[in-house]
Amino acid sequence: MCLAIPGRIISLDNLEGMMRSGRVDFGGIVKQINLAFVPEAGINDYVIVHAGFAISVLDEEEAARTLEYIAEIKRAEESGDGEG
Amino acid sequence: MKYLDEFRDPIAARAMLEKISVAASREWTIMEVCGGQTHSILKNGLDRLLPRRINILHGPGCPVCVTPIEMIDRAIEIAQRPGVILCSFGDMLRVPGSRRDLLSVKAEGGQVRTVYSPLDALEMARKNRDLEIVFFAIGFETTAPVNAAAVYQAATEHLDNFSILSAQVLVPPAIEVILNSEDCRVNGFLAAGHVCAITGYSDYEELVENYHTPFVITGFEPLDILQGIYMTVVMLEEGRPAVNNQYRRVVRRDGNPEAKRLMGKVFERVDRKWRGLGNIPGSGLGLRAEYAAFDAARKFGLEQYEKEEAGECISGLILQGLKKPFDCPAFSERCTPEHPLGATMVSSEGACAAYYHYSLTEFQRIKKNRNE
Repeated sequence: MCLAIPGRIISLDNLEGMMRSGRVDFGGIVKQINLAFVPEAGINDYVIVHAGFAISVLDEEEAARTLEYIAEIKRAEESGDGEG
Repeated sequence: MKYLDEFRDPIAARAMLEKISVAASREWTIMEVCGGQTHSILKNGLDRLLPRRINILHGPGCPVCVTPIEMIDRAIEIAQRPGVILCSFGDMLRVPGSRRDLLSVKAEGGQVRTVYSPLDALEMARKNRDLEIVFFAIGFETTAPVNAAAVYQAATEHLDNFSILSAQVLVPPAIEVILNSEDCRVNGFLAAGHVCAITGYSDYEELVENYHTPFVITGFEPLDILQGIYMTVVMLEEGRPAVNNQYRRVVRRDGNPEAKRLMGKVFERVDRKWRGLGNIPGSGLGLRAEYAAFDAARKFGLEQYEKEEAGECISGLILQGLKKPFDCPAFSERCTPEHPLGATMVSSEGACAAYYHYSLTEFQRIKKNRNE
């Protein structure tokens, strides 16, 4: 049930309270998703979706930090001076 | 795909495995508490790539698996009533109740439908005002706000032909049962990323304080899980347990306030029975008195229904991390995804199903060695 695939909001269609919704693009597959739990989310934001509802907005700065950490350990591995 | 493929990089995964190997000076047992993570671990072969001193156990993180047999019997009972449509997530249809499953009720003409979201069930209620629409609401804290939204909306629209059969459960009380068990072998936990996206992680800080066991909130991709394991091992080696958040791109300390607010408005904590773990006080979510009209168990007079678990299936021991699927004498022989004995083989998030799909060859090799 936990589909951990981030999707990008491409439109906001209904702005009414609990039925706030928009279209979300999951790498080419577009679905109508309820956005009531992410009132701060706007077009082009990435959201994590569960059972038809966006439950979190992906923090792109935090993602970049994690990716930089991954890149660092990868560089260490490739240059052969990893900790091991 | 953006924010997905980057977390599947094989060279970085090898580097992370090396870091874990260097960091781990002795054997450690780590439990992941999410069926999605169980499948990622098996699918990507992480269990086999990790150093042997890192033992991975699979916890009670599959909502279909932990739903007790009596709750399935209640759903079956409701589905057999005339004028009712019972809606559920797909996997629930195949989990055996005490005598049969929902799929066989459907085959005999019962109105049983698979839905992707409780909102689909709500839409069915709008379109079929002469029928009772019941949503079999399973799930953890990730799903509960979604179910709350459906109930809240039904109340707003006065859809009195909609109700939910609540089998919702909360993760921290189950972790506490595992930690309190005399047989507990778990040194650290990977906490479920999406549960924490809703709840945040103050409950886990309390668990660390009480049990001196580290938790790392972890995502679902191979690098997320490996980094989560590395962070857990570092804390274990240093003897400084805490809650660390590997999944910062999705999880914030306070979780999702909107979702929590609605969940608290519609539901309250109740005692709940879990498959394999028994009754756990305060571990479930039931409807608050204001929303009692949307409680299917009450509406259909099934509040007192109870049933003991029985049979050959060892799901309960697997969900507690006391056994692994390969330890089960029925695994892959009398129990397969096509003919499952129990929930952990049925559910697409179940540990037995993960081992069956991704490690069957490994099992056959082990079995051959056992017999030689």
